[in-house]
Amino acid sequence: MANVRMLNAGERGLVVEFGSVIDAVINDQVHRLAKILIEEMKETVLEVVPTYRSLFVYFNPLITDRQFLIERITDRLSTMKTNSLTESPSRVVTIPVCYGGEFGPDIEFVAQHNKISVHGVIEIHTSAPYLVYMLGFTPGFPYLGGMSERIATPRLDKPRVKIPAGSVGIGGNQTGIYPIDSPGGWQLIGRTPLRAFDPSAANPFLFAAGDYLQFKSIDTEEYRETAGQVEVGRYAPIINNYAQRSS
Amino acid sequence: MLTVPKPGLFTTVQDEGRIGYRAYGMPIAGVMDHFAYTIANILAENEPGAAVLEMTLLGGTFFFDTDAYVAVCGADMQGKLNGRRIHAWSSFHVPSKSELIFGYALKGCRSYLAIAGGINIMPVLGSRSTYTRAAIGGYKGRALQSGDELMIGKEVKIPEKEKVLSYRFFPHYGNEVFLRVILGPQDDFFTDAGIATFFNSIYTVTRRNDRMGYMLEGPVIQHTHTADIVSDAICPGAVQVPGNRMPIVMMADCQTTGGYPKIGTVIGPDLNKLAQAKPGDKVRFVQCSVSEAVTIVKTEQERFAEFTAKLSLLKGKNRQGN
Repeated sequence: MANVRMLNAGERGLVVEFGSVIDAVINDQVHRLAKILIEEMKETVLEVVPTYRSLFVYFNPLITDRQFLIERITDRLSTMKTNSLTESPSRVVTIPVCYGGEFGPDIEFVAQHNKISVHGVIEIHTSAPYLVYMLGFTPGFPYLGGMSERIATPRLDKPRVKIPAGSVGIGGNQTGIYPIDSPGGWQLIGRTPLRAFDPSAANPFLFAAGDYLQFKSIDTEEYRETAGQVEVGRYAPIINNYAQRSS
Repeated sequence: MLTVPKPGLFTTVQDEGRIGYRAYGMPIAGVMDHFAYTIANILAENEPGAAVLEMTLLGGTFFFDTDAYVAVCGADMQGKLNGRRIHAWSSFHVPSKSELIFGYALKGCRSYLAIAGGINIMPVLGSRSTYTRAAIGGYKGRALQSGDELMIGKEVKIPEKEKVLSYRFFPHYGNEVFLRVILGPQDDFFTDAGIATFFNSIYTVTRRNDRMGYMLEGPVIQHTHTADIVSDAICPGAVQVPGNRMPIVMMADCQTTGGYPKIGTVIGPDLNKLAQAKPGDKVRFVQCSVSEAVTIVKTEQERFAEFTAKLSLLKGKNRQGN
């Protein structure tokens, strides 16, 4: 891979940079390298952080020589296929969302802004799975790609001080879930009863970078029922494999 | 058990940090000054990684209803045990029904109170560190409040002797810190003049400083064309330069990803010094190579080992004397 750059990030950090733009092929390379390093270089690599376009690799400089690490990674990269998306299936996590009402106070604004109906907003938002490019901002916050421009809406002029955990929003041409109560400026269109981040759960994070999220519209009754199951730890998230990634 | 009549300005339970979840957007948190923290645990005869209390600018008051042995390291917060001034960078016996009082930091910014046996708190994702923004870890996910009660981790045999860090290991907290920096990962987003300004200027710590980052003020650092990048990962020590062209040094609670270019990364051992800086203090950045940085980290580790060895030698002598 000719375009990959190895950048220094302090004495214990190495950034493997695949590109400088948001691109599904570049992001796929990031996730593939992350997987390889986690599986094959456990002794050398302490932690990896995949992002849109690069992989941050943490190592102990008193144990591992930087140049040695770079050579090992370069070796792995040379055997990775370059221009195609991975053929191994990704996980698709279904995210039930109760749209509108008190949970989605901005959905009517999103509809008006795009000159479609509220129903249309929901239909478009649930029409396809979104790739989780990376997690960041707060624990478990997904940076998603692939939302239709037909429901893109500018952020609020004045961000809200506290957005309840589980809120689903649109900011520009991005969409996402707020995993914990946090400030934010996105237009809120609904809320999921699932916990994207639950520190007390066996799997504290509902999804990982490289997964896909499929939103599904539910009514208030189903929201309450699911929230109840989540509360007592009885809810099993719906996770499918998604093999057809290449377009 | 110890109770907290007065919590101080911002006192949290911290350990080495929550390692292994940054891919999920979870900051590592943990102590801001790893040097003072490590020495405190060595003095308290704790295992490496034990949880301690991190006090900020104004320390708290703690009442012990049992015998305990504690170490206090870092900023000088005028600590007093039952009215008697304690030594800086020392560990000592706290008899039952004692009061340990801290005041304003005369020198430095953060002080560490390590209790022999650690603090009995359930780890969250493998760490007892408090990360207040997500309200997890530590004591109920928040800074200590008046009336809180902390349980000592495990019962330990209380050493009688007071121990003091050898003077030659003492860090000296002045009003100016030198921070060695490895260039990158986005040094190519800055002009040569911008990089020269960064290394040749004096910056001032502003009031906008906390566990997440230190915003500094000084001569502007010129970008080549933009202050925006497609977000990538950031780590403690990273020096971000946003659109206002002023540096922000990321600290323990920093978010895991960010969209500003990073001119360089402060090396680990020097980040401890910044953690002791207060508003108005001066900061100078000095360029450092990767191999120099590794040597500095190695030297620091050797010092810890040397100091630990010295203490256990002392212990051996005491035992023979008994």
